Amino acid sequence: MSDVAAQTPRDTRSAGRFLYVAGVVFLVAWVLVPLYFLLINTLSSPDAVNSFPKSFIPEFDMGSLQFFAGFEGMLGALWNSAVVAAITMVISITISAPAGYALSRFHFPGKYLFRLLILLTRAFPLPLLALPLAVMFIRTGLDDTVFGLALVHTTLAIPFAVLITYSLFSGIPMELEEAAWTLGCTRVTAFTKVILPLILPGIAASAIFAFVISWNEVFAAAVLTIENRTLTAFLLQNLDTSPLHLKFAGGFILVVPALIFIFAVRKYLFAMWGIANR
Amino acid sequence: MAEILIKNVAKRFGTYQALQDINLTISDQEFMVLLGASGCGKSTLLRIIAGLETATEGEVWIGGRRIDHLAPKDRGISMVFQNYAVFPHLTVFENIGFGLRMQKLPQADVERRVARTAELMQIGELLKRYSGELSGGQRQRVAVARALAMEPDVILMDEPLSNLDALLRLEMRAELKGVLAESSTTAIYVTHDQVEAMSLADRISVMHEGRIAQAATPVEVYRNPAERFIASFIGNPPMNFIDATPAGDGKWTVAGQVFDGPATEKGKLEFAIRPEDVRGAEQGLSLNVRVVEPLGAHLLVTGAVDGHLFRAVLDSDLVVNRGDVLTLAPLPDRVRWFDPDTTLAVN
Amino acid sequence: MNARYLPYVMILPVTLFLCVFFIYPFVLVAQQAFSVDGSWSLANFQEVVGYWKFPISMKNTLLLALAVVPVQVILALTMATMVTKMKTGRDIVLYIWTIPLGISDLAAGIIWLAIFEQSGFLNSMMHGLGMVDRPVNFLTYQNPGIVFLAIALAEIWRATAIMLVILVAGMGLIPKEYYEAAEVFGASPWKRFLRITLPMLRPSLQTALILRVILAFEIFAVVQALGGTLFPVLMGSVYEYQFDLLNSGAAAAIALIILVISIGFTLLILRALRVPKGATI
Repeated sequence: MSDVAAQTPRDTRSAGRFLYVAGVVFLVAWVLVPLYFLLINTLSSPDAVNSFPKSFIPEFDMGSLQFFAGFEGMLGALWNSAVVAAITMVISITISAPAGYALSRFHFPGKYLFRLLILLTRAFPLPLLALPLAVMFIRTGLDDTVFGLALVHTTLAIPFAVLITYSLFSGIPMELEEAAWTLGCTRVTAFTKVILPLILPGIAASAIFAFVISWNEVFAAAVLTIENRTLTAFLLQNLDTSPLHLKFAGGFILVVPALIFIFAVRKYLFAMWGIANR
Repeated sequence: MAEILIKNVAKRFGTYQALQDINLTISDQEFMVLLGASGCGKSTLLRIIAGLETATEGEVWIGGRRIDHLAPKDRGISMVFQNYAVFPHLTVFENIGFGLRMQKLPQADVERRVARTAELMQIGELLKRYSGELSGGQRQRVAVARALAMEPDVILMDEPLSNLDALLRLEMRAELKGVLAESSTTAIYVTHDQVEAMSLADRISVMHEGRIAQAATPVEVYRNPAERFIASFIGNPPMNFIDATPAGDGKWTVAGQVFDGPATEKGKLEFAIRPEDVRGAEQGLSLNVRVVEPLGAHLLVTGAVDGHLFRAVLDSDLVVNRGDVLTLAPLPDRVRWFDPDTTLAVN
Repeated sequence: MNARYLPYVMILPVTLFLCVFFIYPFVLVAQQAFSVDGSWSLANFQEVVGYWKFPISMKNTLLLALAVVPVQVILALTMATMVTKMKTGRDIVLYIWTIPLGISDLAAGIIWLAIFEQSGFLNSMMHGLGMVDRPVNFLTYQNPGIVFLAIALAEIWRATAIMLVILVAGMGLIPKEYYEAAEVFGASPWKRFLRITLPMLRPSLQTALILRVILAFEIFAVVQALGGTLFPVLMGSVYEYQFDLLNSGAAAAIALIILVISIGFTLLILRALRVPKGATI
C-alpha cells in the first residue's frame, strides 16, 4: 500500500470522528436546551417571564411556582392526575400481567386472535373512545370521576402492559419454572417463589410506564372530566386565558415526574421493546 | 421400590404424532437411557413421566402407583435440566435446599442434607454463591445436587451434559455414574450422544420417529441391532450394508462372495458388518480405497465394495493408499442380516 | 385446575375489559356517526366534510404527518446508529435522548411555546444578535409557515424518542456476525448499514412507523398549545364539535374518518415493510 493510501483513511477517520462527536453533542443539546428554557421560565418571577428580552440564566425565584400553587383548582388537578395515574397503573398491571404470562407460556387456540385484539387496541386512536364513554359514564354514575377516567387510561395502557409483561415473562426460561414444579411447587408457589422475584423489577418498570401514559394523556381527560379536572385537562382548558408563567410552571410540573420515571426504567426500556415488537 | 411402567403412551401435538404406543418397563434402581436423534420423542417421553407434559393416551406407573394424572410435585421424581435451571435469585445453598424447604422439612434437616449432597457433588465451598458466579460445570453440579437432595424415587435427566465442553463432559459422566450407583434411585437419562448412552446405561431404549425401536443392554444394542436404523445409527462409524441375493440352501451371494445366512424364502436381504469386524485375508470382499484417515489408535479406510459405501477400521500399522484394492474377510459370527422390506433384523 | 383452560382464565380479565371499554364504545361511536335522531343516515359525514374547515384540518394533519414522520425516522436511525457505536457515556446519552418519551404532548407544546412566544427565547436570541429591534409575534395567522414549523419541531422533539427506543432494541437483536461477515466481504460502513441494518431492522421499523403514524394523526395538544385555532387539525375538530358545538354525531363522524386513515396507513406500512416468511433472524 502506498503512503498516500495509508494516510487518507486516518484523515477521513479523524474527520469522521469529529463529525460523529459533534452530532452526538448537537442531538444531546437538541433534547436538553428546550428543557432548560422551560426551567428558566419556571424558576423566574412572573414579571421576568413576561418581560423582554429574556435572560438565559434562571433567577431562582419561586414566584411562578407560588402563583401556580395558589391558582384556583390547580393543586386539586395535580392531585387528581396523580390518583388517576396510580389507579391506571394498578388496574392495568393487575389484569395485563396474567395475559402477558399466558401469551409467553401457553399455545392455545385463539392466541392469535387475542394478540390481534391487543395490537388493534394499540393501533386505534383510543382517546376518541372518550366520546361514547362519556355517555355511558353518565348512565352509570362514573361521569366526572377519577375512577372513570382511570378506566379509559387503562385501555390506553393495556396494550403496552400486555406486550411488555409478555416480553418480560418470555425472558425467563420455562425450565426454571419446570424445575420448581419438580421440586415440590404448585403452579402458584412456583410463580411466587421463582418467577415473581425475578420479574419484579421489570413489572415495576412497566407499571411506571402505565403511570406515565395516564399522567400525560390530554384528550380523554379533557372530555371526561369537568369538575375533577386532571392537570393536563386543566392546563388545556385554560390555555387561552391563563398567563404565561402559569403555563410554564404547569408544564414544568408535568415534566418532572417524566424525568424521574424515565430514569427509573431506563434499564428496561430497551429490553422491554426488544421482544415486544415482534 | 420404584419400578416404572409405561403403558400404551401416545402424544399428539395437533396432527403431529410425537409418540405412538410406547410400552416400557424400567426396573427399580435401573439406569435407563433414552437415546435418539433430535425430534425422535425422547424428551417428550421424559417430560410425560415428569408431568411437565400430559400424554394424549396411556398410563404411567411409578412404584405400583398410577401417576399420570398427578402434578409433578406429587410424583416422587426430581429432574436435571439441559440448561441446569439453577435459580438465579437464590444462592447455591438455597437452590439445593429449595425442594426440601417446599416439603417443610425442619431447618436442621435441610442444612444437613444440603451439606451432605453438596459434599457428594464437591461443591461444599460454593454454598454462598449465586448462579451468576458459577462456571457451567459448577452449575451442572448444583443442578444434580438439587435433584439428589430430594432423595427421589426416580431421577430424570434431560441431556444434562450437552452444554459442557468435551473434557468436562467426560469427567462429569464418570462422576454421575458413580454418584447414581451409590444412591438407590431409578434413573432415566435422555441423550443423543451414543457414547454417553453406552457408558452410563444399564439398558438403552433407542427411539426413532416417536416409538421405541429397541430396549436392551448397550452390548446387545451394539451387537444385535433389532432394526436397520439402529445399525446405521449406533457405532462410530456405523455398520456397512451390502445387498445380498439368495444362493439357495441358506447361502447368500454378497459382492460375488457366498456367505452362510438365514434360511428364508426372501428374494433379497441386506448383509451388514461393523467396520472393525473385518480382517485382511486372501479371499473376501474387495474394497476400492478412496479415503484413508489415520486416527491414531487405528486406520479408518473408506471406499466401495460392489458399489456400496464401505468403511473398515484397520490396524494403524498397515500401509494403505488411495486407489488400493483391499481384500477383507468379515468375522463370521459378527455378520448380521436385515430384510430390506421391513428393515428388521433377520436371524 | 385443568391446564387447558388456564390460559383462557388468564386472558379473560383483559379481554372483558377491552370488550367493555374498547369494542363496545367503538360500536357506539360507529352508531353515533351513522345515525341522526335514531335513524340510519350519512348526514353527519356530509355535515363535517362539507364544513369549510374540514379540508384545511385534513390538509394540515396530513402535511404535518408527512413532514414530521420521515424526519423522525432519519433522526431515530441516526441516533440509534450513533448509540451502537458509542463506547463511553452510552448510558447517559441514551437516557437524555429518551427523556422526551415521558413528556406529554401538552408539555412539549408549552416547552416550545417558551421558545416561540413573543417574549420567548427565539426572540431574545435574535434581539441579542441584533437581528430584530422589537420582538416579533411568530405565532399569528400572518405567519402560517412559522406556526407549522413550531408545531413540527415540537412533535419531532417529543416523539422521536419512542422510535429511537424501538430501533435501538431492534438493532440489539441483529447478530454481530452479520456485520463481521459483511466486513470480511469488503462492505463499507455505509453499505453495511444499507444492506444489513436496514433490512434486518424491518420488523422494528414497521412497529415504530405504525405507532408514530397513528399518533401523528391524533395530534392535538401540541397544536392547541402552540397554534390554538390558527392551525386546525382533525382531532381539534372532534374536540370542537363535542364541546363548543355540542354535536356528538359530527364528532363521532370525524373520529371514524381519523380511524379509517390510521388503518389505511397501517396496512400500507405493513405491506411496504413486509418481511418474507422464513427471512427473520
